[in-house]
Amino acid sequence: MTILVDQNTRVICQGMTGWAGTHYSAAMMEYGTRIVGGVTPGKGGTYHLNLPVFDEVAEAMKETGANASMIFVPPENAAAAMIEAIEAGMPLVVALTERVPVQDMLRVRAALKQSSTVLVGPNSQGILSPGVCKIGVMATGSERKGHVGILSRSASLTSEVIAQVSAAGLGQSTTVGIGGDAIHGLSMRDCMELFLADDDTRGVIAIGEIGGSEEQELAEFLAGIKPGIPVVGLVVGRYAPTERRMGHAGAFAQSAASDAGNKISALKDAGVIIAQSPHLVGETIREAMAAAA
Amino acid sequence: MKLHEFQSKALLSARGVNVPEGRVALTPGEAREAAEALGVDRIAVKSQVLAGGRGLAGGVRLVSSAGDVEAAAASMLGRTLITEQTGPAGCRVNRVLIETAVRPVRSLYLSLLVDAARAEIAILAGAEGSEDIEQRLQSGETRLERLSLGTGDAPEKAAVTGLAQRLGLGSGLHSAFASLVDQLRLAFVELDATLIELNPLVVTEEGKFVAVDVKMIIDDNALFRHPELVALREEHDGDETELVAQNRRLNYLRMDGNIGLAVNGAGLGLATLDMVRAANGSAANFMDIRTTATSLDVAHGFTLLLNNPAVRSILVNVHGGGMQPCDTIADGLGIAMRRTGRTCPVVVRLAGNNAEYARFRFANFGCKVIDCPDMWTAVNRAVSAAHGERS
Repeated sequence: MTILVDQNTRVICQGMTGWAGTHYSAAMMEYGTRIVGGVTPGKGGTYHLNLPVFDEVAEAMKETGANASMIFVPPENAAAAMIEAIEAGMPLVVALTERVPVQDMLRVRAALKQSSTVLVGPNSQGILSPGVCKIGVMATGSERKGHVGILSRSASLTSEVIAQVSAAGLGQSTTVGIGGDAIHGLSMRDCMELFLADDDTRGVIAIGEIGGSEEQELAEFLAGIKPGIPVVGLVVGRYAPTERRMGHAGAFAQSAASDAGNKISALKDAGVIIAQSPHLVGETIREAMAAAA
Repeated sequence: MKLHEFQSKALLSARGVNVPEGRVALTPGEAREAAEALGVDRIAVKSQVLAGGRGLAGGVRLVSSAGDVEAAAASMLGRTLITEQTGPAGCRVNRVLIETAVRPVRSLYLSLLVDAARAEIAILAGAEGSEDIEQRLQSGETRLERLSLGTGDAPEKAAVTGLAQRLGLGSGLHSAFASLVDQLRLAFVELDATLIELNPLVVTEEGKFVAVDVKMIIDDNALFRHPELVALREEHDGDETELVAQNRRLNYLRMDGNIGLAVNGAGLGLATLDMVRAANGSAANFMDIRTTATSLDVAHGFTLLLNNPAVRSILVNVHGGGMQPCDTIADGLGIAMRRTGRTCPVVVRLAGNNAEYARFRFANFGCKVIDCPDMWTAVNRAVSAAHGERS
């Protein structure tokens, strides 16, 4: 099995008629993802990539039976696109757009509160279940079907870790880029919960970095439930350049939680196996899964 | 984007917030004229840098005559100010703000910020404003009151009154406080701010609130909605190199080591810095090539690295993704190496999308690079090359 997506996932693309929407939709169709239509306001009734285009998400859902949407709408309108999909009751929304204004994301999060939609991103590279479904902008080639779940705040590091896991002779059940922005949808904690409920995922890699406190929330969750499968953690940014600060409010809001060392010790205390270096993640999960078997 | 104090005050003043009367000066002579125009005998001379902690570092002076203003400005302008928030490199002072010094009856702390953990805008306020507020909070001498503003909606009147009471403001001040909160809330939303901090916010004898110091940060991702704010950047005294990088879709930060570092993706970049340190090396910079950068953008980035005399070796760690294939970065590096003609060991680790093709590109450019199969090997080669060891 996989998480979030499977062979029955029917995807529409919001912003399909734009450059990015066209390019990546075509790449995903080639990979085997079932893309069933697109949404671009004002272009309803036309066809693009041989697929029907609709003015609105609700109409596209009704006509195509889509159960997932991916967003390639530019930053100016990305939040409005996310909110439209949430209000239409789309079960899964994957937002690939980068550089969405943070105050716009406050409104998206408020819309999510009253809905059952799962939002992944924005600033996410997407979701990849090898051989089953790809909703995203990641390059493919080094992934392999398997039993390791990967959740990550960083796109480039996910590609690296996927390659390491495959090189270690393992494969991936699903890889999820939860997005690199401070305010986004699906959290590390909630993504972990999905992996732990999936029978086919026998080990999980969580990739975190400095900033925010999601790793601590993940650690708290894991400490409480004691997962039956190995969890490997990597937190980068211990030696990040220090930026000039301005004012005190940042210090009040961030606290010590944003520090890499703090995150690593929280995860370690929760039983997570910390990879000793970014180049050793593949080996670390291989050893942990061999020991658990 | 961080704004200068004088820029922030102008933006807030236009939205009804009281700020001290004042003017910016670029020379001691202009400072003197500004002081004479104010015609008061208590004048603040304030260095304009994009960091806090100025008062404790001598970047703010209170004087009583136009002559003293001129002397104070002369001692600040053109100097580098180092505060606990600037880091050891400090910030060069190119402007001073000459202001009427306000006599406070009370000083408060008030800020609006985006609280990422709760995904909302929040007000944090303290009954005593001062530059050492962080220390006094830690020691328990003072505390912060919080008021949620959600997505920026007007809070209930009772909630604002409650905040005023918790700050110990008398009922005579409640209505002025409510107006101030509203003006700040609207400014925060309208300007796409991520921070507005008034410290101190003072209450005068006449019962007016005056923002004596203001710090403001605007969301870079929202600048497309604010061309008028982008224009303010011209008054910034940023690092020339960082400015070039910004215009070339590169995230660039100066560091103090000797390895010029280029990566694609912030996470991979942070991972590489951690590995460089583990291998006993130190980076001269952090350069993250954004997914939208073209090979020409990348070439400008590598030129910055090659022209930095502190750089002894260059480390390129790239995992080509669906948006940024390896060959774009190889082309950029090739162009920069041909253009600058500088010979310095260049260590590359290319993986993922179009890695093989990128190697052909290097060959076509006639560029000699040290091609490593994995990150750890590349990091170690770059570190030993920077130490002057033959590889």
